[in-house]
Amino acid sequence: MESSHGDKGAVFERTRGRFDRIGDPALKAITFSAAALAVTILGLIAYELVRGSRLAFDRFGLGFLTSQTWDAIHNQFGALSLIFGTAVTAILAIAIATPLAIAIALFLTELAPKPVRALLGALVEMLAAIPSVILGLWGILVLGPFVQNQIEPFLSSTLGFLPFFRGQHSGTGILTAILILTIMVVPIVASVTRELFTTVPSELREGALALGATRWEMVRGVLLPAARPGILAAVALGFGRAVGEAMAVLMVSGSTIGIHLSLFSHTDTLAARIAGQYNGSGTNLQTSSLVYLATILLVISLAVNIGAQLLIRPIDRRPRGRRIALDRALETQGMSAD
Amino acid sequence: MPEPVFSLRTSGRLRRRQLVSRMMGALAFGAALLAVAVLAIVVVSVASRGASALSLDFFTKSQAQGFNPSGGGILFAIVGSGVIVGIATLMALPLGVLVAIYVSELAPPRLARVARLALDITNGIPTIVIGIFVFTLIVVAHGQSALAGSLALAIIMVPLIARATEEVLLLVPSAQREASLALGVSRWRTTFSVVVPSAMGGVLTGTTLAIARAAGETAPLLFLTSLGANSYADANPLHPLQSMTYVIFTYSDLSDPASQAKAWATAFTLMCFVLVTSLAAKLAMARYRKKLGG
Repeated sequence: MESSHGDKGAVFERTRGRFDRIGDPALKAITFSAAALAVTILGLIAYELVRGSRLAFDRFGLGFLTSQTWDAIHNQFGALSLIFGTAVTAILAIAIATPLAIAIALFLTELAPKPVRALLGALVEMLAAIPSVILGLWGILVLGPFVQNQIEPFLSSTLGFLPFFRGQHSGTGILTAILILTIMVVPIVASVTRELFTTVPSELREGALALGATRWEMVRGVLLPAARPGILAAVALGFGRAVGEAMAVLMVSGSTIGIHLSLFSHTDTLAARIAGQYNGSGTNLQTSSLVYLATILLVISLAVNIGAQLLIRPIDRRPRGRRIALDRALETQGMSAD
Repeated sequence: MPEPVFSLRTSGRLRRRQLVSRMMGALAFGAALLAVAVLAIVVVSVASRGASALSLDFFTKSQAQGFNPSGGGILFAIVGSGVIVGIATLMALPLGVLVAIYVSELAPPRLARVARLALDITNGIPTIVIGIFVFTLIVVAHGQSALAGSLALAIIMVPLIARATEEVLLLVPSAQREASLALGVSRWRTTFSVVVPSAMGGVLTGTTLAIARAAGETAPLLFLTSLGANSYADANPLHPLQSMTYVIFTYSDLSDPASQAKAWATAFTLMCFVLVTSLAAKLAMARYRKKLGG
C-alpha cells in the first residue's frame, strides 16, 4: 500500500520535473517571440510603407513635399497643400486645447469637491471614447451649420479686417476641422495632465500655501513647473493624435487642395486625403502617392512619439553625475530614486 | 501710543492677488463645464436624432437592396462589425497578454524597455497608416476581406491590451510570486496558476476597453473591407463585410433625410455600445485596482 503510494509520488515527481524543465524555457521562448513579433510589426510597417511609396518617390522625389498639385487626370501628385492643411488644423487645435485641458485638469485635481472629481473625470474621458466617425457625423450635420450661420458671421463682422476671417461662410473647412480636433484632443491632454498633477508631492503644494501664496500662485509657481515636462509630452501626444485623425477631418474639411489664409476655406489633410481616396485610386502611381502620404504621416508620428517618450522619462536624461549624487542622497535617507 | 491694529480684512495687493486666484479658479471651472457641455450636446444630439429612427426592423433586417435608403435595417453591419472585431480580439488578446508577461515578468530591463517603447510607438501610429500597411501587405495581392480589417484592428489593439495587462501584472504583490517560488513551484506554473489568475480581472477590462476602441474605428477599414457595402447579407470573414462605422460614414454623405436618419440611428447604437462598455470597464478596473492595492 505504502510503497505504491510512494511510486505514484515518484512518477508524479518525474513528470513534473520534465514539464518544469520544458516549461520554463518554453514560457520564456513563447513570450519572447510574442514581444519580438510586436517589435517586428513596427519594423514591417515602416518597410512596407517605404516599399509601397517607391514608385511615387522615384517619380517625384522629395519634390513631392513641395508640390501643391494633386491631379489624378495628369498623374501629378504633391503633398504641400496637405502638409499645410495638417499643420494649420493640428497646430491651432492643440493651441486651443492645451490651455483648456490644463484648466480642466486643475479643476479636477485642485478645485472640484472630492465626490465630484471621479465623476467629472469619467465624463471627460467619455468624450475621448466617442468614435471619430460619430464626431464627424455630428460635425457635418450639427456643428457645421452652427459654424456657418453663427460663428463665421460673428468672426467676420468683428475680426473681418484680418485676412484669416474673410471669404465665403461655409459649414465645412478649416474652422470646423479645428473645432472637431479640439474636442478630440482636449480629453487626451486633460487626463494625462490630471495624472501628472496628482503625482506632485503635497508637501510642495502645502509649502507654497504656507508661505502665503494664493492658490493660483501655488499653481503657477509650483504645480505647473513641476509637471511641465509631462505636460509637454501630453501636448505632443495630443498633437500626434490631431495630425493622424482621418475620419472626422475627412467629413468636415471639404476635401479641397489649396493653400488659403482664410479659416473659412475648405482644406484637406494628409490623413483625410488618404482616407478619402479609398475607392477612387485609379493608377498605381496614385496608390503609391497615397502610401507616400502615409509614410510622411508615419515619420511625423514617430518623431512626435519618441519626443514625448524622451520628455516622459526625464530621469534617464539627467546628467550621470547628478543622478548618482541624487541616488546616494536618497539612499542615505533610506529611499531609492526609482 | 495707540495699539497696533491687525486687521484680518484683506486690502490692497493681497486683495488683488486673491482676486486673480479666484478668477483663475472660475476659468478652470468654466473649462470643465465646457467639456461636459460639449459631451452632453454630442450625446443628446446623437440620441435625439438616432432614437427616433430605431425600430425592430432596424436591427433584424438587412440593408435594402439598390438605392432605396428608406427600407431595411443594419443587421449585417452589426454582424460584420462583430465578426471583424471578434477575430481581431482573438488575434490581439493572446499576443498582448504574452507580450505583457514577457515585459513584466521575464525580460531583462533593457529588452523590456525596447518592447515597451515599441508598444507605445505602435499605439501612436495613426490608424489610417496601419490601414495602408495592411493594404499594401495583403489587399494589393489578395483583395479585400474582413480578415484584413481584423488584422489592422488587432495591430491597434495589441498595445492597448499589453499595456493594460502589464499594469495589472505589476500590481500583483510580489509576495504571492515569492511564496509560490519558495514552495518549489516552477516559474511557468507560478505565472499561469498564481500571477495571471489574480491579474485576470485587469486583463479582461483592458481587453474590453480595446474592443470598445476597435469597434469605433473606421479609417483602417476603408481600404480593407469597404467593398462589403455591396454584399447585403454576408458573414464570411474571407469576404469584405459591412461594418457599423462604414455605414455611418457613407450614409452621412447622402443628402436625403432617410439616409441621414439611418446614419444617426447607427451612430446612436454604436455610441451606446462604446460608451456603456468603456464606462463599465473603467468602473471594474477602478474597483479591481482598489482590491489589489488594498
